[in-house]
Amino acid sequence: MIEQWFPNVDWDKMWTATGETLYMTAYSTVLTFVLGIALGLLLFLTSPGQLWANKFTNVITAAVVNIFRSIPFIILIILLFPLTKFLIGTLRGPNAALPALIIGAAPFYGRMVLIALQEIDKGVIEAARSMGAKTSTIIFKVLLPESMPALVSGITVTSIALVGYTAMAGAIGAGGLGTLAYLEGFQRSRGDVTMMSTILVLVIVFIIQFIGDLIVRRLDKR
Amino acid sequence: MIQLTNVQKRFKLNGSEIVAVDDVTLTIQEGEIFGVIGYSGAGKSTLIRLLNGLEQPTSGSIVISDLEMTTLRGAGLRNARQKISMIFQHFNLLWSRTVEENISFPLEIAGVKKAERQRKVKELIDLVGLSGREKAYPSQLSGGQKQRVGIARALANDPEVLLCDEATSALDPETTNAILDLLTEINERLGLTIVLITHEMHVIRKICHRVAVMEAGKVVEVGNVLNVFQSPQAEITKRFISQVTDTADADEAIAHLQEETPNGRLVKLTFIGERTEQPVLAELIRNFEIDVNIVQGNISAMRDGAYGTLVLQLIGNPVIIDEAISYLHANEVRTEVLAND
Repeated sequence: MIEQWFPNVDWDKMWTATGETLYMTAYSTVLTFVLGIALGLLLFLTSPGQLWANKFTNVITAAVVNIFRSIPFIILIILLFPLTKFLIGTLRGPNAALPALIIGAAPFYGRMVLIALQEIDKGVIEAARSMGAKTSTIIFKVLLPESMPALVSGITVTSIALVGYTAMAGAIGAGGLGTLAYLEGFQRSRGDVTMMSTILVLVIVFIIQFIGDLIVRRLDKR
Repeated sequence: MIQLTNVQKRFKLNGSEIVAVDDVTLTIQEGEIFGVIGYSGAGKSTLIRLLNGLEQPTSGSIVISDLEMTTLRGAGLRNARQKISMIFQHFNLLWSRTVEENISFPLEIAGVKKAERQRKVKELIDLVGLSGREKAYPSQLSGGQKQRVGIARALANDPEVLLCDEATSALDPETTNAILDLLTEINERLGLTIVLITHEMHVIRKICHRVAVMEAGKVVEVGNVLNVFQSPQAEITKRFISQVTDTADADEAIAHLQEETPNGRLVKLTFIGERTEQPVLAELIRNFEIDVNIVQGNISAMRDGAYGTLVLQLIGNPVIIDEAISYLHANEVRTEVLAND
């Protein structure tokens, strides 16, 4: 029956493309998580009244974050061609999409991290200071664990946005379901290929959301 | 033990300057429970945070156990803080950690080995009466239980000083008393110095040895709790004392009585300490030819004795009434004439 509805789908290609999409999403999600947390922490700790309160660093970091958040993703990919060529050595294939995916998503996620950190009760940080905790202890034993549910739900949203970004990157040759839908489906007028690619993207998004919600529920003891 | 000399703390807030702590000089003895009472905004919160360096004073000196706190920075300050622990009004527990993990936190900060941490945590859980709740998360505990975790956590590194920042203000009266009993027990058992800030005279009365009254950044009165109750000097102190002695009902009843039976003399007697246990009143009635009408009475238990007030209406020959009042004075009962006929 599936053969009937999707006569033009080459399943080998479809599964390869799905693998590439998953690879790009997973890789960029992990690095965005790390980089975004670093950015969010820097924004939070340098803000007025915090442990590293520093107006200059705060303003510069916030400006960089805002600039990269506002560049449309498709333009960002093109702007980053030289960097990508330098880091990856090529402009084609899933790896070539990674720098743009991470640089596009990390500032976005960094903002979410900042909001999550601002939600932490100030008293808890004061309590840790009153116990003689170092800043690194406060970061790893107070700030991150106490905001973890919000950090995870934030990365879930970001990861889903990244699935969309991979599809966009696919349009200019990164591979994955985006490339397949665009080259095999759209350009050759094979609606069933485009449809199947979309269904698979949808399934990936649903699974990410499900896993994210599950982890948040496990973590949240409030 | 703790010596503050000419301590001042100024803040800049929206361009204008606020003096939160104004030229405070205080000595707190080792092993005592010292209370600081004041309304919100009096500067007591800032004062207590100066003691563990969460705030740095603008000027003045703070010496705790021979350590000048104001010059400490970095590792020196962090080590000093492990010996000056703090509990909070809103408990400030980590919700992501269980009871035992919360108590373990300061030990992790101090770099204590895991086996030793587990031993110490168990001991502290027993001390504060939380056995069986080790694996619970703070969200599963009542307010009183949360404060017990806060106290256990504060005791983990065997501090010399315990700072209590409105530790009972978020609790109901019964739980407040249980927590105050626990603090007294810890003070006696471990010989630890406790500095607490509060706006409730009840807390001062129940557990403190000495008290400082703060108003607008200044300490307006300091002394032994019993003495301060007996003869408050500052107007604000009298107001705090009336928190635990007077009731609005009583004032109304007295006013009513004055209207109804304006004859005789209304006298308020104040009994302190052992005087409350003597049959002064019985002797007064036996020895003097006057009628005694008891209008209102009140007694509150304090750490070092009791404090009571009694409002009497004395009816009879004014000369004999004067003699009766002299008799009371001779028996160390303070009197205050509220109304004459």
